[in-house]
Amino acid sequence: MVTRNIGKAMGVLCLAIGISLIGVGCSGGSNDGTGSQSQAGNAGGGTLSGKVQIDGSSTVYPISEAVAEEFRKVQPDVRVTVGVHGTGAGMKKFIAGEIDICDASRGMKEKEAAACKEKGIEFIELSVAFDGLAVIVNPKNTWCECLTVGQLKELWRPESGVKQWKDLNPKWPAKEIKLYGPGTDSGTFDYFTKVIVGEEKASRADYTASEDDNVLVTGVQSDEYALGYFGYAYYEENKDKLKLLGVDSGAGCKKPTVEAVRDNSYAPLSRPLFIYVRKSAFERPEAVAFVKFYLENAAELASDVGYVPVSDEVVKANQDTLKGALSK
Amino acid sequence: MSAKLDIYTAKRRGRITNFLFTSVCFLATITCVIVLFVLMWNIILQGKSWLSWDFVDSFPSRFPHKAGIKSALYGSIWLIGLTALFSVTLGVGAAVYLEEYAPKSRWRKLIQLNISNLAGVPSIVYGILGLALFVRALALERSVLSGALTLTLVVLPIIILASQEALRSVPDSIRRSAYALGATRWQTVWYQVLPASLPGIMTGVILALSRALGEAAPLIVVGAMAYVPFVPESLSDEFTSLPIQIFNWTSRPQEDFHHLAAAGILVLLVVLVSMNAIAIFVRHKYGKKIRW
Repeated sequence: MVTRNIGKAMGVLCLAIGISLIGVGCSGGSNDGTGSQSQAGNAGGGTLSGKVQIDGSSTVYPISEAVAEEFRKVQPDVRVTVGVHGTGAGMKKFIAGEIDICDASRGMKEKEAAACKEKGIEFIELSVAFDGLAVIVNPKNTWCECLTVGQLKELWRPESGVKQWKDLNPKWPAKEIKLYGPGTDSGTFDYFTKVIVGEEKASRADYTASEDDNVLVTGVQSDEYALGYFGYAYYEENKDKLKLLGVDSGAGCKKPTVEAVRDNSYAPLSRPLFIYVRKSAFERPEAVAFVKFYLENAAELASDVGYVPVSDEVVKANQDTLKGALSK
Repeated sequence: MSAKLDIYTAKRRGRITNFLFTSVCFLATITCVIVLFVLMWNIILQGKSWLSWDFVDSFPSRFPHKAGIKSALYGSIWLIGLTALFSVTLGVGAAVYLEEYAPKSRWRKLIQLNISNLAGVPSIVYGILGLALFVRALALERSVLSGALTLTLVVLPIIILASQEALRSVPDSIRRSAYALGATRWQTVWYQVLPASLPGIMTGVILALSRALGEAAPLIVVGAMAYVPFVPESLSDEFTSLPIQIFNWTSRPQEDFHHLAAAGILVLLVVLVSMNAIAIFVRHKYGKKIRW
């Protein structure tokens, strides 16, 4: 009696596992199949298959994710994965030849370029967008036009003693500065603290933090003595409600404009975002199609997710770089 | 007189102590339950309006209203299926060897000590091992297979220890009787000892697989933190899993994604509970039949 139980039990277990696996395989396959057909029908083509693997910066991730999502509508059978393990980790994988494209929120370091050379990995660098931050105050604020990086650091560093405007400059009113900024989950927060305070995620905590930029806009808008910061692209949308401050990093006061963000003169609160593509990936048509699609749509999708798109010249330069890499 | 009084006070004191102890134990229990309910309530409140068939049947998206957990759900099912396959065969095999076959030598003690220690190693350490061993050295890349093998490493010690405990609880008289009746060691283990310890083994397996289902850290190290808009179709495909998708959503700034994460947690709970229900059913069904 007992003898058969174990066999049966094991049998049932194995069967259950087997069925679930087969079930997953089949249903996954069929769903994907029907999905691809209907979507291919909509997009009027989609014959490529294969894989494109991306990894790297969490700052570039939203753009790459958006591109991958849109690309899926055109080429549903190409499996694009976008990892988000940070620029450094992405570079390591890129050097190891594990991924086709590396998202980077900084230029490639010399050490990394040397490692690529050593491994025989040739690549092209494509500039896909700019990340710029805007420091903003209420339009009724008449006294302040510009802050130095030093003042910003004094204002935002942890345990900052700055309570009133006059603490920054004795000529300014003795009124409390109401601070607004992004919450600790956002890349904007990481970036601002890194370049202004000098240490990533080091910030005073007594400010109104919100992940929703609208909250920041309404907050600064409704309080004469408020100050806040967020992505530059978002300021552009709310120009009329806010006053933009210039930032002085030693070379005079500079207000961010699309141009200043693009040519990096609005330092340190702007930075270029790159993707690095391994040349050997271009042997695969799906990778070529994806990179082309990326360049064609980067500008629009970058603004969608809150970045400053690259200029038309850079778009052209990117296209040329790609053409050059493809012709070889 | 006084002796009688003493008995009464002692009795009363005993009752008070008894009452106090019961209350403390009850409070301990109720605290756990309340915390659990508050958590659940919070998650249900946040996630229920986002939970729909579309949510289960869509791929992740940058638009919260279009985003779903299809790839994560399928990824998790693949992972758990494979992990169960690997860890149950290896784990129960190792336990049977250690309990029934291995000579009681110093080596066995050493191995035993190691396994006990491994059960306490943080899962992220296994993630690093998985990255070095499966992803890099064996060149399995960021595949479902690498993920499942890494999770197998995480849960293997738990399954071995639980199975050993279950095997040890089978009285020696059963083994001796089997031998006395002329059964070989194989027959004794397969037809007597294993069936008798099955409920215990199943409990261990349930606990271990539930843990594997909820693990995110080792998989993130292996490289599964990614936007994956497709379902794995073979062992070498990329994957994402429910805990990773939930983690991804909670780390996004927009509020809507946090609600999506709550909905994802609900799906994860449903998968977990139904998986456990199946295991409990199997255990109950086959545990009941054991009669000596």
